[in-house]
Amino acid sequence: MIRTPLRPLARILKSRERGEDTHAIEAENLRLRHEAMRDTSRLRAEGRLLVLGAMFAIAFGTIGMRMGALAGSTPQEPQAAVRGNPIIGQRADITDRNGRILATNLQTYSLYAHPQDMVDPVYAADELVKIFPELKLDKLLADFSGARKFLWIRRQISPEQMQAVHDIGSTGLLFGPREMRLYPNGAIAAHILGGASYGREGVASAEVIGVAGVEREFDELLRDPAREGEPLALSIDLTVQAAAEEVLAGGMSIMNAKGAASVLMDLHSGEIISMVSLPDFDPNNRPHVLTTGDQSDSPLFNRAVQGVYELGSVFKIFAVAQALELGLINPDTMIDTKGPLQWGRFKIRDFRNYGAQLSAMDVIVKSSNIGTARIAMEIGAERQQDFLTSLGFTKATPVELSEAPSGAPLLPRNWSEISTMTISYGHGLSSSPLHLATGYASLLNGGTRVEPTLIRRATLQNGPRVVSEAVSTQARDMLRQVVVRGTASFGEVAGYEVGGKTGTADKPKENGGGYYDDKVITTFASVFPANDPKYILIVTFDEPSENSGAEPRRTAGWTAVPVAAEMIRRTAPLLGLRPQVDTSEPIGVTLTSN
Amino acid sequence: MRTVLYLMAALVVMGLAFWSYQENYKTRDALGEVRSLHAQIGANHERLRMLRAEWAYLNRPDRLSDLAELNFDRLGLLPLMPDAFGRVDQIIYPLPDILPIIIPIEVNSAPVARGEDAL
Repeated sequence: MIRTPLRPLARILKSRERGEDTHAIEAENLRLRHEAMRDTSRLRAEGRLLVLGAMFAIAFGTIGMRMGALAGSTPQEPQAAVRGNPIIGQRADITDRNGRILATNLQTYSLYAHPQDMVDPVYAADELVKIFPELKLDKLLADFSGARKFLWIRRQISPEQMQAVHDIGSTGLLFGPREMRLYPNGAIAAHILGGASYGREGVASAEVIGVAGVEREFDELLRDPAREGEPLALSIDLTVQAAAEEVLAGGMSIMNAKGAASVLMDLHSGEIISMVSLPDFDPNNRPHVLTTGDQSDSPLFNRAVQGVYELGSVFKIFAVAQALELGLINPDTMIDTKGPLQWGRFKIRDFRNYGAQLSAMDVIVKSSNIGTARIAMEIGAERQQDFLTSLGFTKATPVELSEAPSGAPLLPRNWSEISTMTISYGHGLSSSPLHLATGYASLLNGGTRVEPTLIRRATLQNGPRVVSEAVSTQARDMLRQVVVRGTASFGEVAGYEVGGKTGTADKPKENGGGYYDDKVITTFASVFPANDPKYILIVTFDEPSENSGAEPRRTAGWTAVPVAAEMIRRTAPLLGLRPQVDTSEPIGVTLTSN
Repeated sequence: MRTVLYLMAALVVMGLAFWSYQENYKTRDALGEVRSLHAQIGANHERLRMLRAEWAYLNRPDRLSDLAELNFDRLGLLPLMPDAFGRVDQIIYPLPDILPIIIPIEVNSAPVARGEDAL
């Protein structure tokens, strides 16, 4: 930088020549220099201020933005670890005893509408009715043009329907994810599974809750996230259940019955392998509960558990077994069967006259009401009540169905001597087929009580002893003789040694006052194989009538027994039971040589 | 000496800060990965469920019995009946292997005469 001198020589000399004061020049130059210095330092100060200001602005701006971001965002806890998989929190599957799926979930979508967002509600309504024919056009139009801001159109839709609704292109039609309970096997095991529906529902999700059957009974367990989606394994065998339903449905149509039920139970573990009640329904599309009339006419009614009927002669074995247990009789004791047996104003008759006396074995084989009533008189009301209680006949079955408590047996108000006599042959006490299966299982498995269960169990039940093993064997032999030479001769299945007892009971009139003449409940309670019992099968028909003969036949021997035999023929091989065939030579390999 | 100590301490603090900064970010990355894996597991789970449901639906007893009926000519499937159980003496002995040919026998047709038509 060239510094301007304060006293430039040229100007000084000139002003001296003119005789002026040279200090003025110096002062002037000094002033100019000071002004220049002032200008520079101001410029520098201004620059510094600017930089400082910018720094402050950036700093405060950053803080302000961060504060704004924190205020605007949802608070989140800092996370240092991840908990279990959140996806497997859905309702668990239900499977059969072999792991085949009976109920599962599917991800579908629900369809709802925001009418205020619609551009052309009329077009949207038109197109929606084309996709879902069950919607009413005028109702949709009224909803879309009214004051409503939200409405459900469909709770669940298929992917194809969803695409079709997408193609309408309306901005007011929206989808929400939705879990759907699917029963892939349709009506099979419908009464056991029950069904599911939606509880609290929102746009983003909906709660699936069980409404009947095991779905309701195990609702909390199925929804428990701690189980991580582990399926609930039932004791049902899907194949056996399907075969039993097929046979029973066929039998029901041949026998012209109003309804039918069957229970197949493992008599050692109490596991119910198959339980059918017809007519049935599709749990995917559960029908509505009847609002009028008799609930037992609804397909939702589970005859095997809820249907309490007077089951008739199938009860005789209990009276005889108890008498055997008490040592009152043995199978060969002769029982007086002279009829009719008069007690007060009641008369007990037999189906036909069996002569003056029968052995205890033949009382069962020929099914004599009089003989059983006489045995029951010896037992007495109290002991009979205790025995039937020990077999579970006085309480609702503890089976794991939400309907089970409604299947409580109907007991006589006053367990008098006449009640004792009628109960001994199955009248005056109404119980469900499942009660009967439980009673037979407890009696015939060696004499220990079993509880019916629908859950697969690995262990056998070691319940309290009901009768001794010897009595259990004697009862089994008697039941075998009923099939061999008694009322259930159609029940013979080659290779499976079926034993059982038939029961034909007149239906009581609904409004009291006696029994119908032409309406019966027929039951066949069977055990197979009789020499080493494994399964109990109960088959019951409601109002059957077998019309192939000259006059309709309604006894159990003509209706329930052949169907039960067919069911055993179909299901026993599926259960892995090998038929026991008598061969003239021992089975084995015969070596031949010549 | 003291200066060196101070310097070392400062360096250690800086090193630790650097390390914890890195660990923090690694953890966050890992968490992000877990989340995306969970999403993947969820999607696969959903798919598996769908496939299982489809399998169960296609194997429902009603459909299988209909199919067995439709294809009876080809497959001849019947419901499993007690007579399906066989006995051990119904099984034939395993057939012995064919013995190796030790002395081959030459089988020739008569030589064709020259000029004669082979046919």
